[in-house]
Amino acid sequence: MRVPLSWLREYAPIPEPADHADIARRLTAAGLEVESHESVGDIDGLVIAQVQAIEELAEFKKPIRYCRVAASEADLAADPQSLRGVICGATNFAVGDRVVLVLPGSVLPGGFEIAARKTYGRVSEGMICAPDELGVGEDHAGIIVLAPDAPLGADFTAYAGLRDEVFEIAVTPDRGYAVSIRGVARELATAYGVAFSDPADPEPADLALLGSLTEEGPDVHPASIGDPGACDRFVLREVRGFSPSARTPAWMWVRLARCGVRSVSLAVDVTNYLMLELGQPLHAFDRGKLTGPIVVRRAAAGETLETLDHVARALHPDDILITDSSGPISMAGTMGGLATEIDDASADLVIEGAHFSDVGIAKMARRHRLHSEASYRFERGVDRELPLIATARAVSLLASLGGGAVVPGCTHAQVPAEPVTISMAAGYPDAVAGVAYGRDTVIRRLAEIGCAVTQEVAAAPTIAPWRDPAWRTDSTRAAGAVPAKPEVQADTVAVLHVTPPSWRPDLTDPADLAEEVIRLEGYEELPVRMPRAPAGRGLTAAQTLLRSASRTLAESGIVEVHTDPFAPVRDADSLGLAADDERRPAVRIANPLSEDEPFLRTTLLPGLLRALARNVGRGFPDVALYESGLVFRPRPGAPGAAPILATDRGPTAQELASLAAALPDQPQHIGAVFAGDRELPGWWGPGRAATWADAIEAARAVARAAHLALQVRAAARMPWHPGRCAELYLLVPGVSGEAEVRVGYAGELHPRVIAAYGLPARACATELSFTALAAAEAAGKVAGPKLSSYPAATQDVALVVGSAVPAASVEAALVSGAGDLLEEVRLFDVYTGAQLGEDRKSLAYTLRFRAPDRTLTAAEASAARDAAVAEAGRRVGAVLRG
Amino acid sequence: MRTLAGSARAHWKQAIRTMSAPNKNYDPVEVKALSPDEIERALASALAAIAVAGSLDELKAARLAHAGDRAPLTLARAEIGALPPEARAEAGKRVGAAQGQVKAAIGRRQGDLEKERDERVLIAEAVDVTLPAARAVQGARHPVSLTAELLSDVFVAMGYEVAEGPEVEAEWYNFDALNFPPDHPAREMQDTLFIARQDGLPGSSGIVARTHTSPVQIRSLLTRPLPLYVVSPGRVYRNEASDATHLAAFYQIEGLAVDEGLTMADLRGAIQAFVDVLFGAGLRTRLRPDYFPFTEPSADVSMECHVCRGASVKPGADPCRTCRSMGWIELAGCGMVNPRVLVACGIDPDRYSGFAFGLGVERALMLAHGIGDIKDTTDGDVRFSRAFGMEL
Ligand SMILES: [Zn+2]
Repeated sequence: MRVPLSWLREYAPIPEPADHADIARRLTAAGLEVESHESVGDIDGLVIAQVQAIEELAEFKKPIRYCRVAASEADLAADPQSLRGVICGATNFAVGDRVVLVLPGSVLPGGFEIAARKTYGRVSEGMICAPDELGVGEDHAGIIVLAPDAPLGADFTAYAGLRDEVFEIAVTPDRGYAVSIRGVARELATAYGVAFSDPADPEPADLALLGSLTEEGPDVHPASIGDPGACDRFVLREVRGFSPSARTPAWMWVRLARCGVRSVSLAVDVTNYLMLELGQPLHAFDRGKLTGPIVVRRAAAGETLETLDHVARALHPDDILITDSSGPISMAGTMGGLATEIDDASADLVIEGAHFSDVGIAKMARRHRLHSEASYRFERGVDRELPLIATARAVSLLASLGGGAVVPGCTHAQVPAEPVTISMAAGYPDAVAGVAYGRDTVIRRLAEIGCAVTQEVAAAPTIAPWRDPAWRTDSTRAAGAVPAKPEVQADTVAVLHVTPPSWRPDLTDPADLAEEVIRLEGYEELPVRMPRAPAGRGLTAAQTLLRSASRTLAESGIVEVHTDPFAPVRDADSLGLAADDERRPAVRIANPLSEDEPFLRTTLLPGLLRALARNVGRGFPDVALYESGLVFRPRPGAPGAAPILATDRGPTAQELASLAAALPDQPQHIGAVFAGDRELPGWWGPGRAATWADAIEAARAVARAAHLALQVRAAARMPWHPGRCAELYLLVPGVSGEAEVRVGYAGELHPRVIAAYGLPARACATELSFTALAAAEAAGKVAGPKLSSYPAATQDVALVVGSAVPAASVEAALVSGAGDLLEEVRLFDVYTGAQLGEDRKSLAYTLRFRAPDRTLTAAEASAARDAAVAEAGRRVGAVLRG
Repeated sequence: MRTLAGSARAHWKQAIRTMSAPNKNYDPVEVKALSPDEIERALASALAAIAVAGSLDELKAARLAHAGDRAPLTLARAEIGALPPEARAEAGKRVGAAQGQVKAAIGRRQGDLEKERDERVLIAEAVDVTLPAARAVQGARHPVSLTAELLSDVFVAMGYEVAEGPEVEAEWYNFDALNFPPDHPAREMQDTLFIARQDGLPGSSGIVARTHTSPVQIRSLLTRPLPLYVVSPGRVYRNEASDATHLAAFYQIEGLAVDEGLTMADLRGAIQAFVDVLFGAGLRTRLRPDYFPFTEPSADVSMECHVCRGASVKPGADPCRTCRSMGWIELAGCGMVNPRVLVACGIDPDRYSGFAFGLGVERALMLAHGIGDIKDTTDGDVRFSRAFGMEL
C-alpha cells in the first residue's frame, strides 16, 4: 500500500523535519514493512493561471492551441493579447478555466526543463500541465482544469500539496486495520510517541449535519439484512441535488494519485478517498436507478449480474448480494452492478457502507477471480463501527464539494455483535518474550493500540480458551507421550481483561496481545539466550545411509543433480511403459504451472535423462548423473479426498489414519544415468565406455553402503534394453524364510528410449528404491570380522557352462559348495570361443581359502575347490575346462 | 668364465665342485695362486677392471669377475686350506688385504657411477609430471543437498533431530493445523499447487504439494515425545513461475523447538547460532515483526551483510551487490509457535511453548557462495555441482 506522509501527518503530527529513513525504520520495526520510499512533487515555478484567450492553430496535423494566460488578478484586466502566450496540444479546456502553468526555468519530473521557445510558429513562454507531467498519476488525457475558486497566481505545488514523501508499505494479512491511512497513522503516532487524532472521530460539522451517527432517517432509502451470516451492519445515507459535473479538488486527486488510485468523478473519488483514509469500502448508487427496498442476501439459483466491468456474472448460491426489487444490484464488497452505477447525470446518490463477512467476501472474490480494493480490505477485516462513520463523512464531503443536500439520518440495519474480551495473565507477554516488561508497560501498550483493559487478581487463565473441552483426545499424545499437567491449583496472579478495539478483529488470543506488546516494545530489545536442547540421537540410520549412498555415487564419478519434479504427459510413452505399468498412474496437479506438465514424477529417470541430454548438448559427452528424491505413486483404491480435521483439539488416531490413507505412496528413489566414457581416454591409452555393467555396479555400490548384497538377475522392463536389464533385489530374512525384496533395475536403455530422449547410443540407467533399501538395512548391525593370520591357499578354476547360465548362479553354487573355508571368490575372466563349442562359455574364478586356526594343507584347499566345482556341476552343469 | 649368466645358487654349487680337496696331499702347483705375485697380479687386474667400468652394469660384471665366487682372489682364498698350517696365516692376510682393496675400489667406483647415473641417467628418464592423469570422470554432490546437510548438522550438533515428511501432503497438515484458517488471505500468501482428486470427481482432494516444510512440524508434534527439538529440510512447492530467485520446487529447512519455558530469547539464540556457523561469527542478526499464521509473535530475520558488513550503507561507500547496499540481508522467518498449533496437536499450550524458524536452502547457498540465478540449481548442468565437489 502506498501512503503519503502529508496524509499521515494530519492524524499523527510527528516532529518536523521528518527524516523519511527514520520513519521507514520505525514503521518497519512496528510491523509495517516499508518496502520503498519516494520523495515526490518538489517542483518550483508552478502557477495557477487562467486561460484568457485561445487561438486555434489549424495548420498542423493535430489540434494546437495558442493560449494567452493570466497569472495574477491584475492580468485579468489586461488585454489578453498582451498576456503570456503558451502553446498547448490539449483541448479539454475553455477560456476562463483555471489551469496549471509551469514557467520557463522550471524543471518537471524526469528532468524536463522548461524554457521559452519558438514552436508552431509562436513563442511559448511556459507550458500548461497535464497530471502526468507533474508526476501525479499517469493521466495524460488532457491538461489539469482546476476548480474556479483556485487562487489565481498562487503556487500550485503548495496549493495541491504536491511536495510529499510516499511510502510503499507491505501489510501482512493479519493487519487489516493497517490497510488505511488511519491505521498507519496510528502506528506512526505510537512509534513517535505523539498524540493520534482519529479520522474516524466524527467532525462536529458532520454531526451537526446528521444528528447522532446512528440516528435513523425515514427519508433515506430503505434496506434490511436478509442473511445475518453474510452481513452484520448495513448503512445507507443520501445526498440529493448533487452536481455531477463538480470537479474533484486538486488536493484530493493528488492524494488519490499518490496512493495509485485514478481520479474518476467527484462522487467516486470521495468514496475512494474515504476508503483509503479509513479503510471502509463505500459504494455509491444512483438513487434513481434503485427499485424498491434494498436487501442483503445470498444469491438465488440462476441469478446473474452484469458488473461495472461489463462482465455478466453467473452467481453462486454462496455469493453475497445487494439486491432490490429488480434483483441483484451489486456483489457485496467486491464490485458494483452496472445498472445502478452512478453516471455523469446522477444527482441523487445513495451511499452504502457495510460490514460483510470476511470469509464470505474472500470466497466470493476467489470464486469470481474478482479481487478489488474493497474485497482486499473486507477479507482482512474491516472495523465494524466504520460504516456509520464513513458514510457520514461521505455525504458530508459530497455535499460540501459537489453541492446538494444531505438527507438527515440514515438507514441502519445491523446484527448485534458483542465485543470480545480476552483474559490474560499480565505476565504472559513477559513469558513469551523472555523479558520483564512489567504489568504497567503491558497495560500501556495495549491501551496504545486501542484496547480497553481492566485487571483483577485471580487464577491464571488459560491461553487457549477456545479449545475443545476434549482437546486432548485419543491421539498419540494422550497415549502417554506427554504426562498430564499436575492438577495443582495455580497461585493467583494479576489477570488482565482486554477488550480489543473494533478495528482489531485480528486480536482474539492472548498470544495476539503478547505480540502487540512485544513488537511495540521492540524486537531489537529482545535478549539472546543460547538454546539448550537436550542431547539428541543424531541422524537416523536411514538419514546416514542416504548421505553415504550419495557420497559413494559422487566419489565414483557421478554428479548429483536436482531435476524438476513435474512430469509431462508424454513421459510414460517416451519410456515405453505398458498400459498397466505401475509407473503410469500419476499424481495430477489440479492447477499445474504448465498444462504440458500436469503430473508429479513417478520415476526419477525422465528428469535425469533430460538433464543427461542437456549436458551432452552443452559439450559434455562423458557424463554420469544421479539424483535422490521422492517419486509419487497413487495408491489404488485410496479415498478421493483427505478430510479436513478439527483444529481446536488433537486428532484421533483414526483421523490421522484417514489422512494417511488418502495420500499417495512417496518412496525415496535414487536414479543414475550414464553416457559416454566412464574412464576417459588420454595419453595413457583409450577410454572405457560406460556400460550396463556400470549402471548395475552403481546400484551395488549403494547397496554396499547399506551393508547389503544386491542380488541380480536378468529382467525385461522398460525403459531398459530387454537383453541388458538387471532386476535388483535383496534376500531379506523373514518369518517364513528369506523373502525377495525388489529394489530396482539397472542396465542399458532401450534404443527407442534413447531416441525419444535424444541420448547418445548405449546410454545406461539405474533406478533404486532407497526406501526399500533402507528398510532392509534397518534389519541388523554389522558383525565385526574375525581376522585369521594363517596363510591363504588360492585355487583357480575355469568352468564351462551354457552361455545362458548367469554368472551369479555359478558363483552362488561355488560359494555354497566350497564351504566355510572359502574366504573370497572372484571372477577374473569370461571366455567364449569356438573351441568351447556353441552356446558355451568359460568362467574363470580365483577361490581363496583360509582357515581361522591353522595353515591349510594343499589337500584341504583342493578338496574344498573340488566340492565347489562339484556343486557348480550339480546346479548349473558346470564342467572344469580341460 | 661365467659371469652374469645363471643364478647365484648355480655359482655357489660350481664353486664347491671346483674347490681343491683338503690338505692331505700337499701340492705346491695347486697353491701357486696364493703366491704374492699371483695375488698382486689378480689385484691389479681387478683394480684395472673396476677403474674402467663405465656403467653400473659394467661394474657389476667387474664385481662378479673379480670379487665373485669364481674370481681369482676368491678361488685363491679357497686354496688356503691346502697350505701347510704355518703358511696359512700369511697367505690369508695377503688374500684378505687384496680382497679388501678390491671391495673398497668397487665401493668407490660404485659411488662414482651412482652419482654419475643420478646426474645423467635419471635425468634422461625424466617424465613430464604435469601431464594430466585424470582418467576418472569427476563426480560431485549437489550444493543444495550439501547446504541442507550442513544446516541440519549445525542443529544436530546442538541436540536437534532431523524430521522428514511427505511432499504431497494433506491440507490439514499443510494449512489447517498450522492455523491457516480456510478462506483466510494467509492461504494466498503461498501460491499453492493443489492435487486433483484421484477418483476424478470434482471438488477438492484436501491434498496439496506442500508449500513449506512446516507440516513436518505438525507430524513431529503428533508423534515425538516432548520436549522436542527437530529440524526438517525438504523440498517444497509453489505455483510460481521460475525466475532468478524463484523456483516452483525448491528446498526449505525449518527448525522447531517445543519445551517448557521457551521464549523469544531462545529463538534469537538459535538463529544466532546458525548464522554463526553458516557465515562466520560476529554478524549481528535482527528480528522485525512479520506474520505467519503458525507463529505468534512472528518475525523475519535479517543478518548483517557478510560481504560488506554494513559498510556499503555509508554515503560514498562502494555499493554492495549482496545486500544491495542495505547492510542487512533477509534470511529467514521465525516466531513463537502459535498456541493454536499446539492445541491442534493435542499439546497443552499452558505448559509448553516453542519457537520455529525456516529459511530457503537455495537462498542460503546463493548468499554464502554468490550465486546469481536459482535456476542453475535445477538445470542439472554438471558444471554447477562440480564447482563445489564433495563439500561446500
Ligand atoms: Zn553488503
